Amino acid sequence: MSEPKIKVKTGESMTAATPPKDLRPGGKTVDMGHEPLSLDNEEICLEVKDFQLYYGEKRALHNINMKIPKKRVTAFIGPSGCGKSTLLRSFNRMNDLVDICRTEGEIIFDDKNIFHRTVDVTDLRRRVGMVFQKPNPFPKSVYENVAYGLRIQGINKKRVLDDRVEWALKGAALWDEVKDRLEDNALGLSGGQQQRLVIARTIAVEPEVLLLDEPCSALDPISTLKVEELINDLKNRYTIVIVTHNMQQAARVSDYTAFMYLGDMVEYKDTDTLFTNPEEKQTEDYITGRYG
Amino acid sequence: MNSIKLWFRKGEPWVWLNAGAVAISVVMVVGLLLLVAVRGLSHFWPHTIIEATYTEPEGGSYTVIGEISDEEWVAASRVRSAGVDIPEDVRVVQRVLIKTGNRDITGLDFRWLLEENLTDVHTPEQVMVVERREWGNFYGYLQAVKEDGQVVASGEQALPALEQRLERALDLHDEIKEIEQGRIGSINYELEQLRLRERRLELNGELDAAAQQNLKAERAALDDRYQALKSELDQLYQAIARDSMVATAMNGEEKEIPLKLVVQYKQPNNMSFFAKVGDYFHQLWLFLSDEPREANTEGGVFPAIFGTVLMVILMSVIVTPFGVVAAVYLREYAKQGPLTRTIRVAVNNLAGVPSIVYGVFGLGFFVYFLGGSLDALFYPEAAPAPVFGTPGLLWASITLALLTLPVVIVATEEGLTRIPKSLREGSLALGATKFETITKVILPMSSPAMMTGLILAIARAAGEVAPLMLVGVVKLAPTLPLDGNFPYLHLERKFMHLGFHIYDVGFQSPNVEAARPLVYATAALLVVVIVVLNLTAIMIRNRLREKYRSLEN
Repeated sequence: MSEPKIKVKTGESMTAATPPKDLRPGGKTVDMGHEPLSLDNEEICLEVKDFQLYYGEKRALHNINMKIPKKRVTAFIGPSGCGKSTLLRSFNRMNDLVDICRTEGEIIFDDKNIFHRTVDVTDLRRRVGMVFQKPNPFPKSVYENVAYGLRIQGINKKRVLDDRVEWALKGAALWDEVKDRLEDNALGLSGGQQQRLVIARTIAVEPEVLLLDEPCSALDPISTLKVEELINDLKNRYTIVIVTHNMQQAARVSDYTAFMYLGDMVEYKDTDTLFTNPEEKQTEDYITGRYG
Repeated sequence: MNSIKLWFRKGEPWVWLNAGAVAISVVMVVGLLLLVAVRGLSHFWPHTIIEATYTEPEGGSYTVIGEISDEEWVAASRVRSAGVDIPEDVRVVQRVLIKTGNRDITGLDFRWLLEENLTDVHTPEQVMVVERREWGNFYGYLQAVKEDGQVVASGEQALPALEQRLERALDLHDEIKEIEQGRIGSINYELEQLRLRERRLELNGELDAAAQQNLKAERAALDDRYQALKSELDQLYQAIARDSMVATAMNGEEKEIPLKLVVQYKQPNNMSFFAKVGDYFHQLWLFLSDEPREANTEGGVFPAIFGTVLMVILMSVIVTPFGVVAAVYLREYAKQGPLTRTIRVAVNNLAGVPSIVYGVFGLGFFVYFLGGSLDALFYPEAAPAPVFGTPGLLWASITLALLTLPVVIVATEEGLTRIPKSLREGSLALGATKFETITKVILPMSSPAMMTGLILAIARAAGEVAPLMLVGVVKLAPTLPLDGNFPYLHLERKFMHLGFHIYDVGFQSPNVEAARPLVYATAALLVVVIVVLNLTAIMIRNRLREKYRSLEN
C-alpha cells in the first residue's frame, strides 16, 4: 500500500534531479564523461548467447552475442533491414506473434533463458516493456491508457490507480500537460505527447527494461528533444535499449552502441569509442555516411 | 467534331450515365415509399358520405348512402358484356366504387356503380357512419336511442344521448375485456399450471393424499376467484346490453344496433377541417394500438407490431454473441489455412441461401427435433400437447438468427481486420494475454463493425416472412408473448408479424376491398418499424464510432 507513495516521491525527485543537458556535444551528462565506460565494469541485465533467428527459411539474425548493461542506455544502429528491431523484439518475445519465426540460442534475463518453456511470456513482457515506432495509445482516456497495464495486473483500487497514474505521467514528463484532461481521449494528444503517454503507460507497470523501437521516428524535432530528455531521466531507473536510424540521436542519448549489418552484430562498445574510433571498416563507413 | 471527342475522352458520358442511374434509383425508391404511404395513410381520413339516387340500367332505382372509395374508366364493351345496356356510340364509361357498409342488411358492403346513373348526389349533414364490432360499418340516419327496449331520446335529443351512453358502453366494454383477458386469463393460466403440476406429480409417483389435498385447496381457491369474477362479469354484460340505437339504413329499413357492438360513430359531413384532422390521428392511433377484428380486415395491428419488434430484438440478442464469437475465433484464433478459408467461404455463401430453406430447417431441426426433445425431457406432464415442440417465438427468433448469422460474422471479421496491429502489440507488450487484449482493446474497438453487422441483420430479419410462416407466425395470436403471468416472456407462444399480416390481409381476406387500404397501411408501418429499428442501431453505432475513432489515424 505504501509502496506507490514512495515511488511518487522518487518519481518527483527523479524529475527534479535531472542534470543539466547537453554540456558536451552528443548530449552526454557530466558524471559519465570522466572515466571511460567499459562493459567489464557494468552489471549485466540481458545477455544474448549464440542467438539466431529465422523467418521461415531465412536467417534474420546470425549468431548474436552481447551483454546489455543495467541502468544504461544501449543503442542499436544500422541500415534498414539489418535486424536491429528484430533483435529488440526478441528481448520481450514479441516475435512470438509471427507464426513463421523460430529462434536458436539463449537470451538470459534474471538468470533465466527467456525462451525456456517455464517462462511466463506475459510476466516477461511486463518486466521488459516496449515502446513502438508509431505512438499507439488505446482509444481510451489518458487515465485509462496509463491504468491499462495496472488493471491487467488486477489493480483496480481507485486510490492506488490514481497514485500510480500520476507517478507514471510525472515519470514520463507528461503530467503537467495532461493533468487537467485525464478523462479526455488520448487520441486528442499531439504525436509527441502520445509517445510520452505510451512511455508512461509502459513505466506504470514498473518494468526493469525499456525497449524503444525508433521512438522518435514519427515525431517532430521538438517532440524528439523531449523524448530524448526523458530517456536521459529514465536511465537512472531502467535499463534502456533503443533502436534508432538517427546516428546523432544514438550519440546523444546512449552509453553503449551496437552497430548491426545484415543480421550480424558488427561492433558493440561504448558510444564515445564507437563514434570516434570505430574498429571495423563497415562501422566507420556507416557512421561517416558512406552507406546506409 | 473535336469537341465531341474531347467530351467523350473526359468521360462526361459516363458521369451522365451514372448520375442518370442514381436519379432513376432514387425516384423509384421515393416513388415506392410515397405510393405505399399515400395509399395507406389516406385510409384513415374521415371520408365524405354521399347520398344519391341510383338508377339501375335494367330500370328501377334506389337510394345509395356511402363513401366513394375508388373511381375508374372502363371500356363500355366490358360493361356491356356484363349485361348492362349501354348505347353503341359510348366507348368508355366511368364507374365508382362505393362503400355502402350495412353488410347485415344488404349483403355487400362495396358496390361498383355507373357514374352517369348516379343522380341527385348530395352530402347530408346528419348522415352517420357507425363502426361496429361485427358486420362492418353502418351508414344511415340516427333515429332514437333506447334503454331496455324503451325509447329514451329521439330526434334532436338522440345524438347527445348516444354520445353519453356510448361512452358508458365503451367503459363497460373495456372493463369486461380487462376481466376476461386479464384476470380470468391469469386464473386460467394458473389453473393450467396447476393441472400440469398435478400431472407431473402423478408421473413421478408423488401424488399422495397430502399433495392432492393441497392441489384441491388451490384449485378451490382459484375456482372461488373465478366465480366471483364470473358474477361480476355477468353484471357487466347485463349493464352493457342495456342501451341500443335505432337508425335507418339507405333502403329505409330501421335497424336497432346494441351499443355494446359500437366502437365509434361520426358524422363526417358535419365535421370541420380540424375535427377531421383530430379524427385522422385518432384513427391512426387506433390502428397502431388496437387488436385486429373481423379476420384482420378491421381494427388495428398492435399485436403484429409487438410481435415483429420482440422477434427482432430476440433475434439480435441471439445472433450478436454467436456471430461475434465465431468471427473472433475465425480471425484471431484459428490458424489461417485452407480449412479456415473454406469455412469462411461457406459462411459467406450461407448468406445466399433462400430464406425458406432456413424455415424448413428451423421446422425440422429446431421445432420438431430440439423442441420435441425439450418437451420429452422437461415437459412430460404437458403431453400430448406440445410446449416447445411446436412453432413459436423462440424458434422463429433462432431461425432468423441463423439466417442473419453470416452477415454478423462477415461484418465483425471485417472490423477485426481493421484494428491496427500496433494496438494489439501495444497491449501485449504491457503483459496482457491475447484474451485480455481481445476483450479489452480489440472487441470494444470493433464494436461499431459489429453494430454494422447487426444493422444489416435487422434489416434482413424484420422483412423476412417466408421462414416465419413455418416456425411461429400465425394469422391471429390469442395472447401476446409478453404478459403479466410468470415467467412474463412466453417464448413458446405463437405470435403475429407485420410482414405476414400484409400477406394475410392481402391474399387471405374474405373482404378484398376493405383489406386493400390496410395492406398499404401495414406495409407503410412495416417500413417505419424497420427504419426505427435501424435508426436505433445506427445511433448506437455512431456513438461507438465517436468513442473509438482511432482507426482513422
